[in-house]
Amino acid sequence: MPEREPRPAARPSRLRGKSGFDHRAWTALAFAGPQLFVILLFFYWPAAEALWWSFNLQPPFGGNARFVGFDTFARVLSDPEYHRSVAITFVFVFASTSIAMAAGLLLAAMADEGLRGSRLYRTGIIWPYAVAAPVAATAFQFAFDPVSGMMALVNRAHPGFWDPYLDGGDALAMIIVVSAWQNVAYNFLFFLAGLRAIPTTVLEAAAIDGAGARRRFFTIILPLLTPTVFFLTIINVADNFTNSFGIINVMTQGGPGGATNILVYKIYRDGFVGLDLSGSSAQSVILMIMLIALTILQFRLIERRVNYEL
Amino acid sequence: MVTTGRRWRLTAHVVLAGGVVLSLLPVYLALVAASHPVEAFAGGVPLSFGDHLLENLAAAWDRGDFARQGLNSLIMAVVVVVGKCAFAMTAAFSITYFRWPGRTIVFWLVLITLMLPLEVRIVPTYAIAANALQPVRTILEVTGLDTVLAWIFGIRVDLRLSLLNSYVGLTLPLMATVTGTFLFRQFYLTVPDQLLEAAKIDGAGPVRFFFQILLPLSKTNLAALATISFIFGWNQYLWPLLITTEPDMRTVVMGLEAMIPGVDDPPLWNHAMAATLMVMLPPVLVVLVMQSWFVRGLINAEK
Repeated sequence: MPEREPRPAARPSRLRGKSGFDHRAWTALAFAGPQLFVILLFFYWPAAEALWWSFNLQPPFGGNARFVGFDTFARVLSDPEYHRSVAITFVFVFASTSIAMAAGLLLAAMADEGLRGSRLYRTGIIWPYAVAAPVAATAFQFAFDPVSGMMALVNRAHPGFWDPYLDGGDALAMIIVVSAWQNVAYNFLFFLAGLRAIPTTVLEAAAIDGAGARRRFFTIILPLLTPTVFFLTIINVADNFTNSFGIINVMTQGGPGGATNILVYKIYRDGFVGLDLSGSSAQSVILMIMLIALTILQFRLIERRVNYEL
Repeated sequence: MVTTGRRWRLTAHVVLAGGVVLSLLPVYLALVAASHPVEAFAGGVPLSFGDHLLENLAAAWDRGDFARQGLNSLIMAVVVVVGKCAFAMTAAFSITYFRWPGRTIVFWLVLITLMLPLEVRIVPTYAIAANALQPVRTILEVTGLDTVLAWIFGIRVDLRLSLLNSYVGLTLPLMATVTGTFLFRQFYLTVPDQLLEAAKIDGAGPVRFFFQILLPLSKTNLAALATISFIFGWNQYLWPLLITTEPDMRTVVMGLEAMIPGVDDPPLWNHAMAATLMVMLPPVLVVLVMQSWFVRGLINAEK
């Protein structure tokens, strides 16, 4: 998964700092300089340029760009292809996030039981995090191949049951599985950390009162985990919006017939293959707005820990 | 620990074992596929191990040009690790130990990059890599300075600096790090102020304090950041895909795609899966060996 760096797990405290070396502004700038230079050149300038292109149009036969206001946005937002891409993206993100979170929580709850060999289990569950999305996609490409892979066995019993190269639904299901397979590791670790933070005294008290394991899980553990659940939901959604590029480019290239052409992939295709700079930029800006909203939500929720005080 | 019933514990074992099996299944299939000659795929998937594993690994190594592309991947991962660690430590130092006007600005500029992943600024970032001096050029044009300069020197300046197909282009943009910067900021805040006072009394300036006191204290955090950064660097796909066109600059992760047999190709899944195993090995080894650092780097400030 981690083509993107893992996000900071806690909201950084804002105004704290030390009065260490005051009045040494130039030294401070020199220390921040290298990273500042890189983010200005490779993050802020391109983002600003995407914004600029989304409001301007490049004439097809050269010449100066022309300001067109919101025309490009109107064109993108009224395009049926775009609507379809949005719908597919939501199905993909929703399905992949739900599967990965449910599996992560289930496994973490079991791993928190203090069983023998739990370290071995942990290793077995988190290792997929080290695998690049396109590499995992290649392995799954074989497993899901309708002729040579695992699914060939099913196809032999039920001919024509599975073919992600022809059937859009099969292809979408396939990338959902690969994406969820990768994200379980991350969710598992965070749920495990959340579970470890629950004081055992509360659980012991409940056990003395006669609450069984299942009851303890639903009435005590799950409510206390809500902050983790919210945090992970946002991270998973944000990552699924962007990180699925590698999986799709390897497995389906947005096909068959656009059935897996999710938003990020459409931006790439329209920009590099379709050479529609303005349309691609406008889509980038829309996606950027969604990510900004998600990130603000992330930090607000973490600030106001949704939790029952103990 | 709350004691749990035997049946419940058994259920837990079964669920966890099931999870591990599912997570290992694709690798098992890849291993099986990588151990057979190509004829084995004609009649569908073989389910047991064959005896052609080493042969297929060697064939995949040659076909994928792993000697060259593996080296590129390694260079990229190591340079990104060093760059991220250096950037994280210095930027965090700047916004933690100095009270200067840029403190808040740098803080927010770094934080907001979270919302600008490569995928959403893909075309213009490529344009920057194609000509890193584009911003200077645009500023000269917009302000009209280029005309002035052309009038003074009698020639029009054409500023170009391409980072395509270079290690600088491959690694520099990946060094920016939000997580690392905040990891170190969080850590510096826990370093006792007495150390700073003592260093100041001894006449140490910021540079000396940074290198002689903070750096040796940072080993644990550096190990954690290095682990996650190595995985990040090795696994890059989209960025190398964009900025490398020469086969000699490709990385193994992007080279892998070329090994997947198409619908009409001979089903050389054995080579493709052998290559897949080799590409995933280095980062998986790092996670296995450095597991506690890795978990620490991932969960960082959440303690």
